[in-house]
Amino acid sequence: MLHGVNLTCVRGDRRLFKEVNFTLEAGGLMQVNGPNGSGKTSLLRILCGLTSPAFGKITWRGETVRALDGQYYRDLTYIGHLTGTKDDLTALENLRISSALSGVQVTEKQARDALAHMGLVGRELLPAKVLSQGQRRRVALARLLVCNTTLWILDEPLAALDVAAVKLIQDLLEQHLQEGGMVVMTTHQDIDIAAVSTVQLQLA
Amino acid sequence: MFFWVIQRDLLLAIRRRSDVLTTLFFFVIVVSLFPLSVGPEMNMLRTMAPGIVWVAALLASMLSLGRLFSNDYMDGTLEQMLLSPQSLSVLVLGKALAHWLVTGVPLVLMAPILGIQYDLPMDALFVLTISLLLGTPVLSLIGAIGAALTLGLRGGGVLISLLVLPLYIPVLIFGSGAVEANMAGVGHDAHLSLLGAFLLVSLVFAPWAAASSLRVSME
Repeated sequence: MLHGVNLTCVRGDRRLFKEVNFTLEAGGLMQVNGPNGSGKTSLLRILCGLTSPAFGKITWRGETVRALDGQYYRDLTYIGHLTGTKDDLTALENLRISSALSGVQVTEKQARDALAHMGLVGRELLPAKVLSQGQRRRVALARLLVCNTTLWILDEPLAALDVAAVKLIQDLLEQHLQEGGMVVMTTHQDIDIAAVSTVQLQLA
Repeated sequence: MFFWVIQRDLLLAIRRRSDVLTTLFFFVIVVSLFPLSVGPEMNMLRTMAPGIVWVAALLASMLSLGRLFSNDYMDGTLEQMLLSPQSLSVLVLGKALAHWLVTGVPLVLMAPILGIQYDLPMDALFVLTISLLLGTPVLSLIGAIGAALTLGLRGGGVLISLLVLPLYIPVLIFGSGAVEANMAGVGHDAHLSLLGAFLLVSLVFAPWAAASSLRVSME
């Protein structure tokens, strides 16, 4: 359903990758691999429509992403390197506001449950600036529990997470894939996520 | 979603009161320096007052423009706004409105008190407040375009003033002109109507222009 054709990315006068093709079906997982600086984040940003590719196009359910615009964003959740967590807001406010921005109204109860599931009981009312790096990432990833989007694009979701949290995210991703969702992710960690179909995309 | 953006920006402003207070104190101090340095000559102060208050309001509102998008840019919230199903222009309008509530409204409320230092008559004080009430939202809206264009650039703070100050000139002319016309007894309606027209035009076009510049800056 997510389809990339001949994607080429040029940054400055350097070509990061060329002619990347892939097809991602319902329940499919795409892992983007490659060394630092090979254009993994650039590819994910292109998939989100934040950057335009130098050549090629991306289609979602048969239509190009640029033409879909708002409709595409209703189906998409992107969590990047920068998680969009505000230092001055509490974990609870961060989750509720970031969900609201992506078009999902979350009640306080739902938000508390999601944070509890991410192992943040008792931290809900702390401002994000006093949380550790891993805890901040948990707050950001809690959004996956409350959004009901099909396509998840995750840039290094496991960075800074401890073993227990990695397991938690792995289970979450597997459940999402079983329900027919799609995941595109990058990671440098060795994890095995069970999926209906797995695409390994290697960037040079 | 529009209200979520406003609510969030106001909440952040409350958590970071110092940012709001610096702008307000800057305005108060700049306006108060002139009577001290020029001396207590009532006639001269009265003629200078509208211009000084307006220029100070312009500078104060510009002081905080750099922060309008840069914080959201640095922590990734801006990316999420671009990926929102809601149109980006609406979110930008929300942010500009929150910026006005936080920086513009305190100036409007402070202006009549500061005007007393300049021995402005009662109805001139009233016109000054109304002109600021109509004009300061225009400053926030036009400023949003400048802030979006200079996002992520080095030395963006200086560049933003070079971009935005020329665009502020019409607002300045008609804003201070309204008060002068009132004191000269020729009626201030025309000036205020024009300020209102600026406000309507910028309400329609500025969010759209700022949203397009944001998309370019984020590429």
